[in-house]
Amino acid sequence: MSSIISLSGIHKYYGDYHALRGIDLEIKQGEFFSLLGPSGCGKTTLLRVIAGFEDVSEGVLLLDGANMARVPANKRPTNMVFQSYAIFPHLTVGQNVAFGLRKKGLSKADMAAAADEALTMVGLAGYGSRAAHALSGGQRQRVALARALVLKPKVLLLDEPLSALDKKMREQMQSELRRLQRQVGITFILVTHDQEEALIMSDRIAVMFEGEIAQMASPQELYRRPATRRVGEFIGVMNFLEAKQTGTTEKAVSFDVEGLGNAEISVDQLPEGARATADVVGLRPEALSILFEGQNPTGRVADATVQDLAYYGDMTYYEVTLEGSSTPVTISMKNLISRPVLERGTKTRVQWDERSLVIFAA
Amino acid sequence: MNWLRLYAIVYLVFLYLPVLLLPVFSFNDATVIAFPLNGFTTKWFVELAGIDALHGALKNSLFIGLSSATLSTLLGICAARASTRYRFPFKAPIMGTIMLPLVLPEIIVAVSLLVVLMQLGFSLTSWTVIMGHTLICTPFAIAILSSSFQGLDQSLEEAAVDLGETRWGAFSKIILPLVTPGIVASFLIAFTISMDEFIIAFFLTGADPTLPVYIWSQLRFPKRLPSVMALGTLLILASLVLLSIAEYFRRRGIRRTGAKDSGGFL
Repeated sequence: MSSIISLSGIHKYYGDYHALRGIDLEIKQGEFFSLLGPSGCGKTTLLRVIAGFEDVSEGVLLLDGANMARVPANKRPTNMVFQSYAIFPHLTVGQNVAFGLRKKGLSKADMAAAADEALTMVGLAGYGSRAAHALSGGQRQRVALARALVLKPKVLLLDEPLSALDKKMREQMQSELRRLQRQVGITFILVTHDQEEALIMSDRIAVMFEGEIAQMASPQELYRRPATRRVGEFIGVMNFLEAKQTGTTEKAVSFDVEGLGNAEISVDQLPEGARATADVVGLRPEALSILFEGQNPTGRVADATVQDLAYYGDMTYYEVTLEGSSTPVTISMKNLISRPVLERGTKTRVQWDERSLVIFAA
Repeated sequence: MNWLRLYAIVYLVFLYLPVLLLPVFSFNDATVIAFPLNGFTTKWFVELAGIDALHGALKNSLFIGLSSATLSTLLGICAARASTRYRFPFKAPIMGTIMLPLVLPEIIVAVSLLVVLMQLGFSLTSWTVIMGHTLICTPFAIAILSSSFQGLDQSLEEAAVDLGETRWGAFSKIILPLVTPGIVASFLIAFTISMDEFIIAFFLTGADPTLPVYIWSQLRFPKRLPSVMALGTLLILASLVLLSIAEYFRRRGIRRTGAKDSGGFL
């Protein structure tokens, strides 16, 4: 498969501040790619580097095979949806969408047709003659999308496009963006600090901390096998238990895990470089489950005490401590009619599976 | 009635009563400015039409007003854009120095300008007045234009560039139309300030006086007093109209960019 974007050794300095520290990245044609990280991790800077709003201090950026070093932002085959949408308030919706088309040498009729088509695509058919400043947040977002997509860019850049919307609207736009992306087949690069949003929408995610990519993987891979403790913490909820390595064979490594006892981890479950250094293992809340009375265990079992709980309606999150350990462990349980909700202080048993233990690289 | 309300009323009377007397006496049929009034006349306004020196002064003032409004608005656009869009070393002291004439006593500005111009061997013409007026009008222009530029989303310009415009294209097609109301408001206010300004004009004017300087020179002749009152009435009217237009454009600008009104001059 061909790379539409290829970054190698990208560094960016602002004076003494090292904003991007050697980014290597290949993004495939038609991919929905997300840059995920906390604020200040460099994800927006990286997006702006691709758009051409920031020059790189070092490194090479190829867009569809062409070096972008001397190509200014207005000549790049990328378009951006800004966090603030940046809708031109003195123009109509139609003029906003057609803004970029004026340079393409189209006839007036073709321009209007293309703008109408783009507006229809984002669900704003017939809004062309409205004043842009009178639109709602969600509508502005759609106009910004139409304005960028109408130019048929090779890559669409989205800078936290959903952060200004309320929860309902955001969820609606998430699925709509996904649908649009599949429909037009354009490569999307999304910058977000919302891990859930990244998981829902992306084909692949690059998690960034302090100007570096900590891990790049599919949402499933990222959630199941976070490469570092920090990635595991950032994406979803993760429990961490102390672990001591007790032995190694050809096929497996054994650990003595706090509260759970001996665990044998098969080699292909280990990330590279993890063998000698792992002193902590990770466990997702759904990897543990409470054994209710009368239930037969299907995995390994450990004793635990319920310390606290949070009832969410469909789910209950229990905070338990395992026998012989004081580390609080979160367990998520689906609420079923046949299951009681345990009270604080209840002694219970939990079951777990060696295959769901996560070992981190150094 | 509580004391605060009384205070407010006394304050307003003190502020505006003298101004209100101006139109009253300009329609009074007597050369003496005193009560009781003598009867209604418009002859002082008619008399104005016949004074050539007044027409010269008016033309001169208009020329100076238009020139200094243009210059100070142009300078104001540059300064306001620089101060809202860019970060550069010594920004605060530089902006402070530009805004200083706003609070500097005009007499000081006038005397120092006069001394410097004389030392440099300039002769006093309308252009020296324009220089002085540009100096004091520019801070007003910056104050008005800064609020226009500040209300703009920084991404607008980048969005235009992203959609294929050059930097200049983005500025002229997006930024300029959005700040046009601010530019108009700044121009009108600078023009009004220049038209009314006396001290600098008095010190720096050459052979052709400006309107305020001409009015001042007429105060020596008691016979001319009523027609000066008539002239004053016309000037108040003109100022009010211009400031209203300026404020209209300022508010329209804020509406267009969808920003919040942070209060203007009126």
